[in-house]
Amino acid sequence: MNKRVSSQSPLKLMIVDDSNIIRRRIERSQQIDRLEVVGAASNGREAVELFRRTQPDVVTMDLTMPEMDGIECVQQLVAINSKVLILVVSALADKATAVEAIEKGANGFLCKPFTDRQLNDAFLELLSDT
Amino acid sequence: MLKEAEIRTFIEGTTNYFESSARQTASVGSPYLVTDGKPGAYEYTGIISISGARKGIVYFSAPRGMLTVLLMRMQETDTSDANIMDLVGEVANTISGNARKDFGRNFIISVPTIVANDIEKITAPFARSYVIPINWRTHSAKLVVCLE
Repeated sequence: MNKRVSSQSPLKLMIVDDSNIIRRRIERSQQIDRLEVVGAASNGREAVELFRRTQPDVVTMDLTMPEMDGIECVQQLVAINSKVLILVVSALADKATAVEAIEKGANGFLCKPFTDRQLNDAFLELLSDT
Repeated sequence: MLKEAEIRTFIEGTTNYFESSARQTASVGSPYLVTDGKPGAYEYTGIISISGARKGIVYFSAPRGMLTVLLMRMQETDTSDANIMDLVGEVANTISGNARKDFGRNFIISVPTIVANDIEKITAPFARSYVIPINWRTHSAKLVVCLE
């Protein structure tokens, strides 16, 4: 994975999850100074529109969502901007789903439920090459 | 019909949810079988439909008091009805999704359907359901697994 975003500059974060609680939890719990939340979407279709408008560098992506699921959404976001960094945050705990998400263009996978530490570790790992 | 190992998957998913999200252990009572198609429910229920290799439903049901405290343990200050319903659905979704670790990707889960204050609306698709009792702090809840 050779995706890169400009060094040490602030990074725009978009949160995608059909649960308001999870969207708010990710925003509240993330402690990465460089990340600035620019928007949140509750399904894949909404996420694609918001992505075009806000052009985030980093996205957290749920998989099981109404309207458009996360795998389809990952594909569409990567087609718009292949440099975007996508952290899938999903309850779907089977390996095949994680592998599929990575194959479609995601860069990391965090399984729900997660602790604050696990979330921040996942962000640090995602951003380690930037 | 569920095998013992399959029931254990849901028990582990339930205890893991509380440990990770609430940073407090929940105790799980002995699972029991209900054969009259009425496994019962509390005030709020998040129902996940299962399709693919298995068919049926998994639901998590809890009283408002428990869900309110759980939200607060997650540092969530908004304990509105909308967030309570969101949470009960998210718990059901998380435990069902985690079960794919053992059931595989053909254990296909739906987005949650939420039922609030209408216990009569909750019916199991088959006569036999397994009920996993959950005790957390002073509250009781249940996870119901009804699979063909």
